[in-house]
Amino acid sequence: MMSRFFNHKLALCGLVIILVISAFSFSAPLICRYQPDDIDIGKYLMPPTSEHWLGTDLLGRDLFSRIAYGGRISLSVGFIAVGLMAVVGICFGALAGYYAGKIDELIMRFVDIMFCFPRFILILAIISMLGPNIFIVMAVIGLTSWMGISRLVRAEILSLKERDFVLAARASGVNDFKIIIRHLIPNSMGPVFVSATLGVAAAILLESSLSFLGLGVQPPTPSWGNILMDAKACLGVAWWLSVFPGLAIFFTVLGYNLLGEGLRDLLVPRK
Amino acid sequence: MLNYILKRLLTLIPLILGISIMSFFVIHLAPGKPTDIRFELNQKVSLQTRDRLEKLYGLDEPIIIQYWKWLKRLGQFDFGRSFIDERPVMDKIKERIPITLAINLVSICLIFLIAIPIGVFSAVGEGKGFDRTMTIMVFVGFAVPTFWLALLLIKLFSVDLHWLPVSGIRSLEFETFNFWGKTLDYIRHLILPIFVSAFTSLAGLSRYMRTSMFEVLHQDYIRTAYAKGLPKRRIYFRHALKNAILPVITIVGLSIPGLIGGSVIFEQIFAIPGMGKLTYDAVMSRDYPVIMCVLVISAFLTLLGNFLADIAYCFADPRIRYGAKKQ
Repeated sequence: MMSRFFNHKLALCGLVIILVISAFSFSAPLICRYQPDDIDIGKYLMPPTSEHWLGTDLLGRDLFSRIAYGGRISLSVGFIAVGLMAVVGICFGALAGYYAGKIDELIMRFVDIMFCFPRFILILAIISMLGPNIFIVMAVIGLTSWMGISRLVRAEILSLKERDFVLAARASGVNDFKIIIRHLIPNSMGPVFVSATLGVAAAILLESSLSFLGLGVQPPTPSWGNILMDAKACLGVAWWLSVFPGLAIFFTVLGYNLLGEGLRDLLVPRK
Repeated sequence: MLNYILKRLLTLIPLILGISIMSFFVIHLAPGKPTDIRFELNQKVSLQTRDRLEKLYGLDEPIIIQYWKWLKRLGQFDFGRSFIDERPVMDKIKERIPITLAINLVSICLIFLIAIPIGVFSAVGEGKGFDRTMTIMVFVGFAVPTFWLALLLIKLFSVDLHWLPVSGIRSLEFETFNFWGKTLDYIRHLILPIFVSAFTSLAGLSRYMRTSMFEVLHQDYIRTAYAKGLPKRRIYFRHALKNAILPVITIVGLSIPGLIGGSVIFEQIFAIPGMGKLTYDAVMSRDYPVIMCVLVISAFLTLLGNFLADIAYCFADPRIRYGAKKQ
């Protein structure tokens, strides 16, 4: 298994990208010479120099630090949103798959209905009601993206629950809850890992789009999306402001997508 | 066929009800009553107006009756009046739809024209240079945030090279142009938005087309065609493509939500006065009736898209048609 993973070039490449970017973001206090919100009006819009590696923004804040610290925010939003999405998706999927019948019908109709709403518009509507802040962004992204996972888990459990080991567990008096938690869910995690990995990429993209529109993470907290929102205003004079944060998003999303596709090759058996 | 359509129509009813309940739930997420916020924002609102609004939303009534009223108004496509300019929401939406629809239709056509050949040639030359390059391009396409792409393109073509206008859909001196001048003016303004809106779906669809074509190429009847000595072009484009393109039909339906969401982003960046910009402005100014209307309409459009895709698929593929009859 591990050796197969290390032979899968794309997946390995994705993992390396993710590790580098995560290490860069989470060691931000060690590698950054400036705080992300240190304002130095005298040095506004400086191009990259040896002093400010990626230049400075309109308020003279160091772009390198802002991207590093912004990465913590963007990555955390991605992770927490996906955690939420996985938990909700697995719960609904497991209930639907295991109990079948009316519960299944009800949950799957709910999934269909959720799929009808264009996700971005639904998120915008909810954020306009609750007001933008980082926790709401995490929650809303997670709670509007669990449907795919619940379909996958349901399908897995539908076939797993007919297998002998489940029958054996039931015959030895294990209750439903334990069967689901101990036997069914762990065995249906393959496709969930794949979806969750791809989901991190999607969540980071969504968060950055929302923050770019001013509806996600709110300044002064830096996130890759809202750094780009500031960059839009100085498009003509400061190329570094729009190029570097975008590259950070690009590589992170690329990394998670590569890893996700690699995991799909390894974990999900083909027809 | 007719039977299938009717059956499929019946399954829409619970979904439509579900959409209405979900949207109703979203309205109630608003802090306090929608009328309270209106009151805070606009001090000039008289008590009379407030009462009128409360009545419009039926906010003083039990929740079941509120929902029933919401459903009734939904049935009549009555979404009330905008909080900002008091105009009926449906009118505002109607005047914004054409430009958004036009951009999205052109970009859908563009997506198909580019993605299908890419998918076909990738599948045909599996593992070769072109296929590998395209696989990498697909990953790149998935990872580029659309708004970033838009920023970079504006920077390059509008700010630095001055080839294209920065934003909007027509120039200031638009009225002085003749017909061709006007057309050219539109094209110059819309070329970037269309490219940006097509970009993301391009990666997905070409990947999908490749998989579909790949599966078809490994079928027995394709081997038979090879064995008969048919020319390759004929095999690829007559025998394989016809079958490979079927599942792609459904993708058009599935891509509608993405296109609607994408419109918000590129219309905001390029300042295009369409549905997306209207949505963005409504969200920024908390114009709830407009937001709710966009939400409901986009959900219905998605539903309709899926439905039409299903019907088209069934129309194109006799196996499904006859399968449906047997049931």
